[in-house]
Amino acid sequence: MNYFLQQLINGVTLGAIYGLIAIGYTMVYGIIGMINFAHGDIMMIGAFISLIAFLVIAALGVTSVPLALVLVLVCALFFTSAYGWAVERVAYRRLRGSFKLAPLISAIGMSIVLQNGVQLVQGARVKPLAPVITGGIELSGAESSYPVTLGWLQIVIILLTVALMAGFTWLIQRTSLGRAQRATEQDMGMAMLLGINVDRVISMTFVIGAALAGVAGLMVTLYYGVVDFYIGFNAGMKAFTAAVLGGIGSLPGAMLGGLLIGLIEALWSGYGSIEYKDVAVFAVLILVLMFRPSGLLGKPEVEKV
Amino acid sequence: MNAPLLQVENLTMRFGGLIAINDLSLTARQNEITGIIGPNGAGKTTFFNCVTGFYKPTEGRLTLTPPDGGTWPLQAMQGFRIAKKARVARTFQNIRLFPGMTVLENLLVAQHNRLMAASAFSIAGLFGLKSYRKAEAEAVEKSRQWLARIGLEKSADLPAGSLPYGAQRRLEIARAMCTDPVLLCLDEPAAGLNPKESLELNDLLLDIRQTSKIGLLLIEHDMSVVMKISDHVVVLDYGARIAAGTPEQVRHDPNVIRAYLGADEDEPLPAVVAKDLGEQ
Amino acid sequence: MAAFKDAILAGLVAALLALPMLGFHLGDSAQGLQLETHLELVPLAAAIVFAGRLALNLAAPWLAKWKDRAPAGKPKLETGVSRRPLYIGIAMAAAALILPLTPWGDRNILDKATLVLIYVMLGWGLNIVVGLAGLLVLGYAAFYAVGAYAFAILSQMGFSFWQCLPISGAVAALFGLLVGFPVLRLRGDYLAIVTLGFGEIIRVILLNWASFTGGPNGISSIPRPSFFGMPMTASSPGHTTFHEFFDIPFSPVQRIVLLYYVILLLALVTNLVSLRIRRLPVGRAWDALREDEIACRSLGINPTSTKLSAFALGTAFAGFAGCFFATRQGFISPESFSFIESAVILAIVVLGGMGSQTGVVLAAILLVGLPEWFRDLAQYRMIAFGGAMVLIMLWRPKGLLAGRTPTIRLNKGDAA
Repeated sequence: MNYFLQQLINGVTLGAIYGLIAIGYTMVYGIIGMINFAHGDIMMIGAFISLIAFLVIAALGVTSVPLALVLVLVCALFFTSAYGWAVERVAYRRLRGSFKLAPLISAIGMSIVLQNGVQLVQGARVKPLAPVITGGIELSGAESSYPVTLGWLQIVIILLTVALMAGFTWLIQRTSLGRAQRATEQDMGMAMLLGINVDRVISMTFVIGAALAGVAGLMVTLYYGVVDFYIGFNAGMKAFTAAVLGGIGSLPGAMLGGLLIGLIEALWSGYGSIEYKDVAVFAVLILVLMFRPSGLLGKPEVEKV
Repeated sequence: MNAPLLQVENLTMRFGGLIAINDLSLTARQNEITGIIGPNGAGKTTFFNCVTGFYKPTEGRLTLTPPDGGTWPLQAMQGFRIAKKARVARTFQNIRLFPGMTVLENLLVAQHNRLMAASAFSIAGLFGLKSYRKAEAEAVEKSRQWLARIGLEKSADLPAGSLPYGAQRRLEIARAMCTDPVLLCLDEPAAGLNPKESLELNDLLLDIRQTSKIGLLLIEHDMSVVMKISDHVVVLDYGARIAAGTPEQVRHDPNVIRAYLGADEDEPLPAVVAKDLGEQ
Repeated sequence: MAAFKDAILAGLVAALLALPMLGFHLGDSAQGLQLETHLELVPLAAAIVFAGRLALNLAAPWLAKWKDRAPAGKPKLETGVSRRPLYIGIAMAAAALILPLTPWGDRNILDKATLVLIYVMLGWGLNIVVGLAGLLVLGYAAFYAVGAYAFAILSQMGFSFWQCLPISGAVAALFGLLVGFPVLRLRGDYLAIVTLGFGEIIRVILLNWASFTGGPNGISSIPRPSFFGMPMTASSPGHTTFHEFFDIPFSPVQRIVLLYYVILLLALVTNLVSLRIRRLPVGRAWDALREDEIACRSLGINPTSTKLSAFALGTAFAGFAGCFFATRQGFISPESFSFIESAVILAIVVLGGMGSQTGVVLAAILLVGLPEWFRDLAQYRMIAFGGAMVLIMLWRPKGLLAGRTPTIRLNKGDAA
C-alpha cells in the first residue's frame, strides 16, 4: 500500500511536468493544425537556461533558495518564450496554410538544429545540478516498513503546475487574448476579417506554450538533477502522446493525458519492469485510440457529408 | 406502376435530443424519379445519409430490392458496402470530386471494384496480363461514353478541380453512374447552376431514367427541376412526411404551402411563391 | 529603411537568444559544473544575424523575381504528354548501372552510393504509404528494423541472404498489417503518433529482449550475400568462390560491387512496382482516398483494406531494405533504427516532392550522400542537415519536384 502511494506521488509529479509540455502541443495543434515537433527541444532549452540561471545567480551571490528559485523561474519563462517565438517566426510562419506535411518536416528539422546546436555550444556531457530543494514530509509512521515521502520539491512542482494551469485557463477563458485565440482556432479566416491580428495570436500561442515548457524544463532540472541535449526528445514524445491521449486540441485533455502518462509510467516502473515503461505508455495510447479515436476528452470528429 | 425499389419504413434518426427524421415512410420505384423537397433543416440530407450508410438510423428499416433479385437491408450495412453490394450511388450537396485527379481518373475510380477484381487484386495488373488490360480498356470506353454524354470528352485529362462548377456537377453524376447503380441519390444537383445548365441537367436526369432504367432519388430546392422531372414528390418538414404524390398534387397541398410559408390556410398564396412552386 | 529596421530587430532577438545559451558555457571540471562566460559571443551572434537578415531583406526583390521565373510551387498537373520524367529516370538508372565500371567507381564512392541507394529504396517504399496513400507514418524505421532483425536472427540458424530476403519483407509486412489494422481509421496525425509509438516500442523491445535480439550489443557476423551460391570470399572450403569461378584474382572490391548491384536491383524493383501500381485500380484508389475518403466510400471502395494494402506494400519494402542493410553491415544494433532514421526517410519523401520518384533520389543524395563527405564535421553536419530541412521547406513547401502526372490519358497526342 505504501509502495503504491509512493508511486502514485511520483506519478502525479511526473504527470504535472508532462501536462505542462502537452499544453504547448495541444494549443499549437488546435490553432494551426501542426505537430510542433521542436516543442520537446524547447523544453530542453528551458532546462539548460534554468541550469545556467542557477549558476549565474549563485555566482552573483544570491544565497536565499526561494529568491533564487523565483529568479530562475523568471529567466526560464522569459528566455524560453523568446525561443518559442523565434522558432515560429523563422521556421513555421511562412509555411502556414501550405501543404500539410511541410511544417512538420520543418519542425523536425528545427528539432535537429536545436538539439545539435545545444550539443555544440554546451557540450554533449550530462550536466548535473546538486539538489536545490531537499527534504519532504514523511507520510507514514516510522513503524512502517516502506516509508512514503512527499518531497518538498514534489509539492513545489505540483503546486506550481496547478497555479500555472489555473492562470492559463483564466487567460484562455477570460481575457481578450484568450478570446482571440479561441476565435482564431475556430476559424482563422473569419477571425482575420473581424480584425484579429492572427499573426500576433499565433505568436502568442507559441510564446505561452514555450513559457510553460520552460517551466517544465526548470522542473525537470530540479527533479532529475541532470540535463543533457537529448532530454527534449523523450519528454516531448511523452507529452505529445499525452496530448493525443487526452484529445489533441483539448486543454483539459492535455492535463488529463499528462497525468495519466505520468501515472502509467510510475506504476509500470514500480510494478512491472522499468525498461518497458515506454511500451506500456504507447500500448495504452493505442488501446485508448482504438476505442475513442478522438482521445479521452477530444471532440469526436463530425463527418460532414 | 413500377415495382418498388427502396422501401423506407418508420425511419427515425436522432442526434442526442434532436430528432432529424421522425417516423418517415416512403417508397421509391424503379424507373422513376422521386423528388424529396422541404424547407431547410427538414432532414432531407440526413435521410440521404441514412440511405447511403453514412449514418446508422436510430430506428426503422430501409429495404432495397433491385430488379435483378435479392433484398438488401440498408440500415444494417456499412457505407461502402451499400455502394458496392446494394449498388446505391450518390452525389453530394457540396461537390466531392477528387479535385487533383483527372476527369477520366475520377470515372475510373468509380469502377474500382470491377477493375480490382479484373486485376486479381493487383497481381494480374502488376504483370500487365491481357485480361486486366482488356478490363481497363472497357472501363476507359465506358468513361468515354459518359464523358460524351455530359459533354466533357475534351476535358478528360484535366484535373477535375479545374472544371467550371456546372461541369463538376455533371461529372459527379457521371461518376456515380459509373458504379452501375440501381438507385441514384442526387443531393441538390441543380444548386449553383444557371438556368441553362439547370435545363441541361433536367435532360440528363430524364435521359438516365430512360436509358438506365434505374430509380432516382432527388433532393432539390430548385422547384423548376423538381416539379418538371419528378414522377413522385415527397415533402418533408421537421423530419416528418407532410405530403406525397404527383407534383401536381403536392403543389396544391395546403400542408406544403403552410410549411413553406408558415401562412394560414385560407390566406391566398402570394404570387412570388406560387411562381416558385411552379404554378402558372 | 524598413529593411534596416527589420534587420536590427532580428539582431536584437538573436542577442536575446544567444545571451543564455552562447554567453555562458557549462564546462565540465573535476568539481562538477563550471560556469564559463563568453559574453563576447553574444554581440558576435547578433551581428551575424543582423548582417544576414539585412542581406536577405535587400536581396528580397531580386529573390522574388527569380522565384517567379522558377516553376510555380502550386500543385500542377501536367497536361502535356511530356515523357521527360521517363527519360531522366532511364538515364539515371543507366548511370547507376555503369557506375562501378567507370573510373569514379572506386571503393569509397561505391560504399557511399550503396548507402544512398538504401535510402532511395526506403524513400520509395515510404512514398507508397505517405505519398500515394497519404498515410503519415513516423515510425518507418521500425519496419526497416524488423526486416533487418528477421534476417539477422534467421541467419544464425543458417539461412542465407537470398533465402531471407523474401521472408524479411513478409515479416515486415505482417508487422505493418498488425499495426495498421487497429489504427488506420484514425485521422492522419493520430496515425503519426501511433506509428511513432510503435517505432519506439520496437526499439525498446530490441534493446531489452537480449536473449532474442542481442540487446544493445546487437547481432554480429551476419553472412554476406553470395553470387548465385558462390561466396564472395578469398577462399571457402567446399564451395567454389566467386573469383575462382571466374578465374580472376580475389579483391574485396568485388563484394562491394556485388552489394552495390544488389541494392540497385532492389531499389529498381521498388521503383518499378511503385510506378506500375500507381496506374492500377488500387493505386488510383489510394490517390482518391487521400483526396476524399467520404467520396470513396460512396463509390464502394473499402477504405480500410485499401489503406492496409498500401501499408503492407510499403512496409514490405522496408523489410527488404532492412535485410539488405543487415547483410551489408554484417552487424546490426537497435541504435541504427532510432527515430531520427524515420525522420530522415520521411524528410526524403517530403523534400523530394510527395509522390515524385525522381525527387526521392535527389533528396536522398542531398540529405544522405552529401553529408557523407563532411563526416569529420560531425556536429556541424547535423545542424546543417536540420537547417537544410527547414530551408528547403521554406523555399519549396511542396518539395523539390512537385506535381502529379495523370495515371492514364484519354486524349493521347493532342496535348493541351
